[in-house]
Order: sequence, then structure tokens, then C-alpha cells
Amino acid sequence: MGYVTSLKCRGCSRETEIGPYNVCDYCFGPLEVVYDYEAMRPSISREAILNGPRTMWRYKDLLPVETDQVVDISAGYTPLVKADNLGRKLGLEQLYIKNDSVNPSFSFKDRVVSVAVTKAVEFGFDTVACASTGNLAGSVAAHAARAGMKAYVFIPADLEKGKVVGASIYGPNVVAVRGTYDDVNRLCSELVDSYHWAFVNTNMRPFYAEGSKTLGYEVAEQLGWKAPDHTVVPGASGALFTKIWKGFHEFLDLGVIGAVNTKMHLTQAAGCSPIINAYSAGSAFIKPVKPNTIAKSLAIGNPADGSYALRTIEESSGSGYAVPEENVVKGISLLAETEGIFTETAGGVVISGLKHLAETGVIKPDEVTVAYITGNGLKTQEAVEELVNPMIIDPTIESFRQVTGNI
Amino acid sequence: MAIARVRLTFPEKLIREPLIYNLGRDFNLITNIRQANVDEHVGWVSLELEGEQQAIQDGLEWISNAGVKVDLASGDVIDG
Repeated sequence: MGYVTSLKCRGCSRETEIGPYNVCDYCFGPLEVVYDYEAMRPSISREAILNGPRTMWRYKDLLPVETDQVVDISAGYTPLVKADNLGRKLGLEQLYIKNDSVNPSFSFKDRVVSVAVTKAVEFGFDTVACASTGNLAGSVAAHAARAGMKAYVFIPADLEKGKVVGASIYGPNVVAVRGTYDDVNRLCSELVDSYHWAFVNTNMRPFYAEGSKTLGYEVAEQLGWKAPDHTVVPGASGALFTKIWKGFHEFLDLGVIGAVNTKMHLTQAAGCSPIINAYSAGSAFIKPVKPNTIAKSLAIGNPADGSYALRTIEESSGSGYAVPEENVVKGISLLAETEGIFTETAGGVVISGLKHLAETGVIKPDEVTVAYITGNGLKTQEAVEELVNPMIIDPTIESFRQVTGNI
Repeated sequence: MAIARVRLTFPEKLIREPLIYNLGRDFNLITNIRQANVDEHVGWVSLELEGEQQAIQDGLEWISNAGVKVDLASGDVIDG
């Protein structure tokens, strides 16, 4: 059974019935699910979680679904890796990497899409859809295949081939839109109103977003039932950042963990950093920008949860940092060369942001820190092509010795 | 008839201009302000527009060309 009682506007607090809605009719603020935590409390315990499946659905009672027949391709329960090599380089003794790059479709999107598609089935939809610059498209297509649903994924026509293949292979309708980022956005908002489809991050958004809480739950569980001192999280819409914080606090409120003193640090790429711009200016108002960044998975110019991400920074006494574009690839290399984890450009933003926080003393050497890696490097190979420099030799030992010298 | 929900962001130089009034009058649109904040440096408005689909598109193009940033009220639909 589920514990959702209604949807509530995060802006004006008006409540509305449960349904495929994401925007408050009164003030256009975002809607969020409301749970009956007291009814939920008896079913939540460390023991119950430990007895659950080795996927994100071990936290099912905390997620906004009613059914036991979840649409699951085994998302979640990803490794929390103690990063001693990277930690040594950065002067951090208690550094961990939450490696969501190994999810089934190779990004954390599998968590949110699993919830959204499960809920779409509950609502009786036969088609799921999304507009995506890559990771979301792949995950939606994979889950739609699993659920036996039709799928439409809308992508910019100039999307990298790897991402197009990564979505197409599951058999959805892939629609490549010629036009600017704004054109794709506008078209898809019109489609939401015109077709009775479950757009996973639009009309399903209140349910979709809740899947990210599992990244908070898992880290707390994997650290031995405690929240870290610091997290470093990539920021696109801002939803992931706010939901990790929510996850820690739900565990606290339900008695699963003790105190939460986590400082939440948001990182964006400088070429698209509307949330950090507002943070740096001390403003609560997010001024939309036109994305111009190598980190395409973070290229959201008008972040739906931007102001809530700012609130999370403030509540947690955390911070925000815009990583210079030239440091994104350096972050990818640093993680790969120290811990053997190949992340995409969003992960490069996180690692460079982590380095900045360590170098500026925001994170102390003995503090437990978790850096969230949300996508796999194979998805953004074009970004690191410049690093590919094999030694090319003739098939002779002499040729090998010529290029390698005395080894 | 169609409905659009947009967020308009006004730069400092346009804060005093009656652009929303002109938008409604010139493109025959019903304008309905749901949220707004205006200070001396920037103003933003969450606005519902009702009218013919083409008129909505033309009107938003006009106000965008005038220097106002036009975005979806709910945030970007496109995701990573």
C-alpha cells in the first residue's frame, strides 16, 4: 500500500487531489506529494529495509506508489566507494563516491523514471514520454520496454550519436527536433497539453522527483545508518539536490537515523549556472539563462526547483560553486585516474567542485564526504576525445622501445 | 482557444513599460497575473495567457523581441 494523501503546492500550500498534475492551478508553483507519515511509521525500520530487495525499491513504503507491481529494471543499490586515492590527493580522509553511473541505463535517472513509469501504469496511461538531452531518454525508453508501454522521446536533432543510440536501442519513437533549446522546450510543453501521455518529468513530476530520495536513503544506510557531514551534488533542475536532503530528513523523522548535520554543496558548470548565480548574488530569484556548457546533462536554463535548491543550501549551511568549463574534463580525468570510475561531464563538474571545496577548506580532512556521480562516462565520450593519445608503433620491439624509452 | 503559462523576466530598462497591457491589447489575449515581483533592478511575472494559439505565439515573440525573457512557468520541460 502507499501513503500519499494529496498533492500540495510548494509555493502557496494549496492542496489538490492525487493525479498526473505538476503545477498549481492557482499560482503555477510546483506540486509535491504529501505523505501520511504517521500511518507509514510502523512499516519503516532498519530491519524492514534490510529485508527488502537489493534495488531502490527496498524503500518502497517511502515512495509514492500504491502497487506492488513496480516497473523495475533493477535501478539503485549502487556502490558507495571509499575513495582513498582521490581523498589522498585532495587531503580528505573520509571521502566516498556514490557511483550511480552503474545503473541499468547508466545514470541516476533510472531511479526517478522507475517511480514515474510505475505511477503512469497506476494512472492508466499507455504511453510515456519525455524531452531529454540524453540520460532521461535512455531511461524512459528502457522502462517503457520493461512495462510494455509505448514511448516517445524528444531530443535535440544535434544530440551526440551515443546518446541517440542509447535511447533508440530499446525501441521507442525517437523524435529529433530541429531547432534551439527553447524551441524543443516550447514544443514539448504544447505536447503535454495536447496528448494524453505520461510525460515523466512534467505531468508526472511530483512522483518522478521522489525517486531521487533513494540516493539519500542509500548513502545513509551504506554509511552505517548515518548522514554524511558533506555532500557534493550536481545541479540541473535542482530537484536531485533537494530530494537527497529530503531523504536524509525523512529517515531522521521516522527514526531510522540520528541527527542530520549534513552540509549540502551544489555544483553547476559555469556555462549554465542559474542557481549558483542567484546564490552568489544572495538572491532568492532564479534568473533563467541560455545554456552554453559542455555538461549537457546539466544544461537546464530555467530550473524548475532552483529556488528550492537555494533553500536547501541555506537550511543545511551548505554552499554552491560554478565550475569553470575548462575544469570539467579535468574532473573526469581526476576521478578515472585515481579511482577507476569513468563518469560523464556532470561527474566532472562534481569532482572539480569537490576539489575546490577541499582546497578552500570548506570540507575538513576528517569529515565524512559523499560526492554523487550520476552518469556514466561512455555517454559523453566526445567531451574527452582530446585525452585519447595512444602510442602508435610498428609491430617490432625496436619501435616499442623507441616510443617508450628506458622503462 | 489556447492557454499558455509563462514566466516573464523584465530587465531594468523595461520595468516601467506597460508591456503586458500592450500584449493583451495588440494580440487580443486575456492576461492573468498569478505571481509577480518587481524591484528597481528586475521584475518577473508568472502569467497565464488565453487566446488563439497563433496569437499567443506571435505575442510571446513580440515581447521577447522587446527584450523580455520568456520561459515556461513550470521550468524547463527538457531534462538531462
